[in-house]
Amino acid sequence: MSDLSYVRTEMLEQKAPPASSVGLVGWLRANLFSSVGNSILTVVTLFFLLSLLASMMPWIFLGIWNADSLSHCREIFAERYGDSTEYACWAVVRDRWDQIIFGYSFGNLNEGLYWRPLVGLALIILALLPILYPNVPRVLYVATAASLFLYPWLIWGGSIWGPLTIALCIIAGVFIYRFASRFMIMAFAMPVAIVGTALLIYFAMAPVAGALGSAVPIELQSVPSREISGFVLSITIGIVAIVASLPIAVLLALGRQSDLFIVNKLSTGFIEIIRGVPLITLIFVATVLMKYFLPSSVDLDPVLAVMVLVTLFTAAYIAEVIRGGLAALPKGQYEAADALGLTYWQAQRLIILPQALKISIPGIVSNFISVFKDTTLVSIVALNDPLGISDSIRSDSDWNGIVWELYGFIAIVFWLFCFSMSRYSLWLERQLQTGHR
Amino acid sequence: MSDTVAPKEAFRLSMLLYDSRYRGITIQVFVLLLVLSAIFWLANNAVQNLAALGKPLRFDFLGQTASYDISQRLIEYKSTDTHGRAVLVGLLNTLLVAFMGCVAATILGVIGGVLRLSNNWLVSRLVAAYVEIFRNVPVLLWIYVCMFTLTAIAPQPREFRGDNANASMLLNDSVAVTNRGIYFPEPLFSRPLGDIDIGIFKISIELLVLLGVLVAGIYAGRWNNKRANAIQVQTGDRPATAIVNALMIIVPILAVLIALGFHVGKPELKGFNFKGGINMSAPLIGLWLGLTLYTTTYIIEAVRSGIQAVSKGQSEAAFALGLRPGRTMSLVILPQAMRVIIPQLISQYLNLTKNSSLAIAIGYMDLVSTLGGITLNQTGREMESILMLMAIYLAISLTISTAMNWYNNKVKLTER
Repeated sequence: MSDLSYVRTEMLEQKAPPASSVGLVGWLRANLFSSVGNSILTVVTLFFLLSLLASMMPWIFLGIWNADSLSHCREIFAERYGDSTEYACWAVVRDRWDQIIFGYSFGNLNEGLYWRPLVGLALIILALLPILYPNVPRVLYVATAASLFLYPWLIWGGSIWGPLTIALCIIAGVFIYRFASRFMIMAFAMPVAIVGTALLIYFAMAPVAGALGSAVPIELQSVPSREISGFVLSITIGIVAIVASLPIAVLLALGRQSDLFIVNKLSTGFIEIIRGVPLITLIFVATVLMKYFLPSSVDLDPVLAVMVLVTLFTAAYIAEVIRGGLAALPKGQYEAADALGLTYWQAQRLIILPQALKISIPGIVSNFISVFKDTTLVSIVALNDPLGISDSIRSDSDWNGIVWELYGFIAIVFWLFCFSMSRYSLWLERQLQTGHR
Repeated sequence: MSDTVAPKEAFRLSMLLYDSRYRGITIQVFVLLLVLSAIFWLANNAVQNLAALGKPLRFDFLGQTASYDISQRLIEYKSTDTHGRAVLVGLLNTLLVAFMGCVAATILGVIGGVLRLSNNWLVSRLVAAYVEIFRNVPVLLWIYVCMFTLTAIAPQPREFRGDNANASMLLNDSVAVTNRGIYFPEPLFSRPLGDIDIGIFKISIELLVLLGVLVAGIYAGRWNNKRANAIQVQTGDRPATAIVNALMIIVPILAVLIALGFHVGKPELKGFNFKGGINMSAPLIGLWLGLTLYTTTYIIEAVRSGIQAVSKGQSEAAFALGLRPGRTMSLVILPQAMRVIIPQLISQYLNLTKNSSLAIAIGYMDLVSTLGGITLNQTGREMESILMLMAIYLAISLTISTAMNWYNNKVKLTER
């Protein structure tokens, strides 16, 4: 009697899961064929994808890299594949690589100058490292500061003493500020220092740079702005716009958050007007109207004018990003700063802005991506960005009629830049989020 | 017993600098003076430079003869019309492509956003790849690519000619896809009622009559629904309304169409090109496709983030109530996701409208190509043209954002 039991006393061995729910089959069932509708969707998508690839892959991979001209390409196609089907003629990318990347100034004309934009780009990457990655040694901020003066010198050329004298004047400005802030509050010491620096640059730069230049001549062949072209132009416009717009954007954002009525309305008006018009109209302003707004004695450089307007455009957008960062800070931070008796500027500089800027970096990066993409608009006003150069390559009789290869190549380069930046932005967002989850 | 009364301080001039109650005023006056003097300097330079060139700021060039043609237009326009009218045609073209782009990008974006979250691995990865590919390349490049694809793939009009032509028209010889554009059949009336000329453009009376009949039909349907509700309350049985409502809209419209002698005018190949029908020119299609493909990626991301922002408990609760996935999406998730999606949608509509200004790159005659392009070059009135251009775009942007913010406030969740 005692060993008679109706309920099983020992556990059964665990069974292996059914073969249809593990491994490749299980994955396929769960992710691709979970229902009738899903299966149909999968098959239709697969068919669409395969037919797309089948039509594109031969064109891309049977293309030719070695040829002098489009007609040469076609001869090779006829010889090799024997039919009239067209394949990609990638030879144009190989032939005009220098022109598309470095433009005319560093490209075809002066082959010895390639190192300048390359060193400049390396310098920029080095300069960005401490800003973008928190674990990089802080010493690299030296590179950040140096690149502000060295990058323009590498691109535009001329004597190194011009940028260096400006750097000296700015260092002098910092001392003016230190000295002035002993006598007056920060709100007044700052304008005094800025005006002092501007006066120094205006009066001292030409003689000092000239004297140093004649004593120790360190010069690069100077490149007029009009000749900067290719991806060097896109990258330069993008970098100048983002770097120069940051201080303006911080001021605009603070102005828009400010309690001072006039300052608030002026900032808001500026931001809304700039954000309300398309960039192309601002580029028109730069190339067509700017010469009217300046004294007739000024000889205006179209590339510089475009850089100024793109900077203002970017500043308005980044100001909104920073305003978001300012608004996202807990109110306690502002109140704590007030409770410590900090003045407005001390509070902004020591408490508010470091935190607000930190959480704004992903937004600023995505703005940088859009500015970089928007630099293609300058081809509409006949500046030679990659799209402008692709037009002039096509007007050459050798490559007349080539479209997809050029656009494809330019698209790939833009894509590489923008995709990697957007991945960085996502990574940073995750890094910043960890504290709150 | 001593009252603590704050000592009354007399106002001293130094308080403007050192008293934080008054310092704000000093700073504001200083900033205002700085900005005003900068504006004055710029404006003064402009006035002097323009005077030196002998073209003071005047807008009378808008009344001069434009003498250029615009093939893609919504209202009547001849090359003998004024620049002002050409600008109006351009403005309407801008609004046309912006409207078409917004509608198409919204439809594709919502579908894409839902597919992006689909549990089908292949589909969601494909949508993700589409988003990453299309939004990391400049929109101008996409516009060029769409334009060149159309002109390279679509047949030329002359290939439609002859007995065994290379190309043929679609849908019973009514739609022609050519590399100069797409030609659709147009509605025609054999017993027309004429047009009302309201000065700027003409409104066809047939259209007004049809609209009136449609609106009347819809109101009749509402009245019918009310009646059905009342009967349901009284007797408990609801009379069928759907068929009656549909008939009340369809029958009068059909009657009006027959009375007016409605027929379609098919496009026909005459000479070197198609004549008749409604023409969507190649630049319009290229611009539309380029803007749509680019903006769709942003809307997909907006929809995805909106749907993901709805907490999972909502869909679980809906499933627990027995709603099917489709109804859960349309009744529970999307209405809540809308609050996250709409602000992002507004800014994408604004971006699309502003990006439509790239039309000038492929020769679509929008506002920039007319006012900032040919009109500017013909009259040499740079200052007036570009300022007007910016003012019009600003007005469009502000109108869209005001309208959308009003809608956003309407659907906003009212808490406590």
